[in-house]
Amino acid sequence: MAVLVVADNDNAHLRDGTHKTVTAALKLSGDVDVLVLGHGAKAVADAAAKISGVRKVLLADSAALGHGVAEAQADAVLALAGHYDAILVPATSGGKNFAPRVAAKLDVAPISEIVEVVSADTFVRPIYAGNALETVQSSDAKKVITVRPTAFAAAEEGGSAPVETTSGADADKTRFVSEEMVKSDRPELAAAKIVVSGGRAMGSAEEFQKVIEPLADKLGAAVGASRAAVDAGYAPNDYQVGQTGKVVAPALYIAIGISGAIQHLAGMKDSKIIVAINKDSDAPIFQVADFGLVADYKSAVPELMDALAAAGK
Amino acid sequence: MKVLVPVKRVIDYNVKVRVKADQTGVDLANVKMSMNPFCEIAVEEAVRLKEKGMATEIVIVSIGPAQAQETIRTALAMGGDRGVLVTTDSDPEPLAVAKLLAAVIGEEQPGLVLMGKQAIDGDNNAVGQMLSALLGWPQATYASALEVSGATAKVTREVDGGLQVLDVDLPAVITADLRLNEPRYASLPNIMKAKKKEIVSKTVADYGVDIAPRLKVLKVTEPAKRSAGIKVETAADLVSKLNTAGVL
Repeated sequence: MAVLVVADNDNAHLRDGTHKTVTAALKLSGDVDVLVLGHGAKAVADAAAKISGVRKVLLADSAALGHGVAEAQADAVLALAGHYDAILVPATSGGKNFAPRVAAKLDVAPISEIVEVVSADTFVRPIYAGNALETVQSSDAKKVITVRPTAFAAAEEGGSAPVETTSGADADKTRFVSEEMVKSDRPELAAAKIVVSGGRAMGSAEEFQKVIEPLADKLGAAVGASRAAVDAGYAPNDYQVGQTGKVVAPALYIAIGISGAIQHLAGMKDSKIIVAINKDSDAPIFQVADFGLVADYKSAVPELMDALAAAGK
Repeated sequence: MKVLVPVKRVIDYNVKVRVKADQTGVDLANVKMSMNPFCEIAVEEAVRLKEKGMATEIVIVSIGPAQAQETIRTALAMGGDRGVLVTTDSDPEPLAVAKLLAAVIGEEQPGLVLMGKQAIDGDNNAVGQMLSALLGWPQATYASALEVSGATAKVTREVDGGLQVLDVDLPAVITADLRLNEPRYASLPNIMKAKKKEIVSKTVADYGVDIAPRLKVLKVTEPAKRSAGIKVETAADLVSKLNTAGVL
């Protein structure tokens, strides 16, 4: 069987999610090709060619592909779908945006956000925001799968696959207008290695900024918040970690003044190490924390900043 | 313009999910069910379009068990005009849901479909995109702002790392993200009024759509439990533990 991996990229850089999706693909087959959808994205294709285990790289170019317009992306994939038994897409917001279209057009069931490949037709995927894991077996001849990058190790580099050009695609009823990327030195919440989150205990937006943000910056971390903090207006909604916000799985998650409501835990409990700082020793957050510090954040966070400085951070 | 809003009845987002001991699924017996939060946001946006005079009628559609009628009533109490309930005892997959919705849309001919980006039970994040593909209508997912003007809509979308603005021809399928709005609570008079609004009951057979599942659920398990770790006494102690764990 042959597998097509659609690369995660921004026209200039190949993102790590591609390497992780290749790892998942190699569990299905040794014949793995990578498709780069973009505009002027030759450098991305060259980078993809270096991933070990990749047979060849296909590069599709158009303005609409460069802007990630789903209709064009799906059409470009569909043009190649006949050659493959499975199409794997990193489960980023961009990947999740077009992969279901491909499945609909092929009349197959999409298999969303897999975290494990059991066999060529059986996969494990989280449901209920990760509160349950579902093992599903697909009866479709062709499979369209999105892959949760945090669940797979990145494929190594060291390959030298050939790069071929394939046809681009356009969208006639959808027009790209503009794009506004957050210019922050902080990493993106969903992809950050460290996340520092604040809860309702902060009491105000000013306090949230004063306490959480400097600590995040010291650690090179992304900033998150509980739904309670967002609902109270202490933090913007795109900071929200939880069932109705973002699901994160960083190496280190630091929860400050967060009690640990079910819906918050659903969004962060797959983090490698969880730290909780809360003055209520009975807070549910301590039941999932690897390291708990029972203390008022008002004294604990400055002490933590000092201790980090003392440790040379 | 007629706006169609599909809504799903799901486990309430505040309920602790329990996996059944026989690993066949999640225990939904005697559990509080509610409208999927993202669907609520879609309903709210439709009601706001009507209040601005952009929408003339809001049709709420749900596919599910007979009790999904309550979910439709909730949407009608928020400001929907009438409902269509397609009953089924099975739990149809996104492909089947998209096909059923496409069939309902064929009858209703709305100018816009507004729906949640994903249901918090299956977490597929697929139906809107699939519906758009089946209809051949433009799609704009993860909307955080929507501006309808004449025959097009300008949609601000939440993408990795920022925002993207698309201009789509109508009719289109637009899916709602969290920041689009804050849904209202239905007032008591509106809840009373909603009881008199029409809900048409249909079955899957009425639309002749094959909803046979393509995925066989072999088992549903609980994720590995996290055990509570240790309590540290001081911040310095914490930093040394984190250094040892290699995560700093």
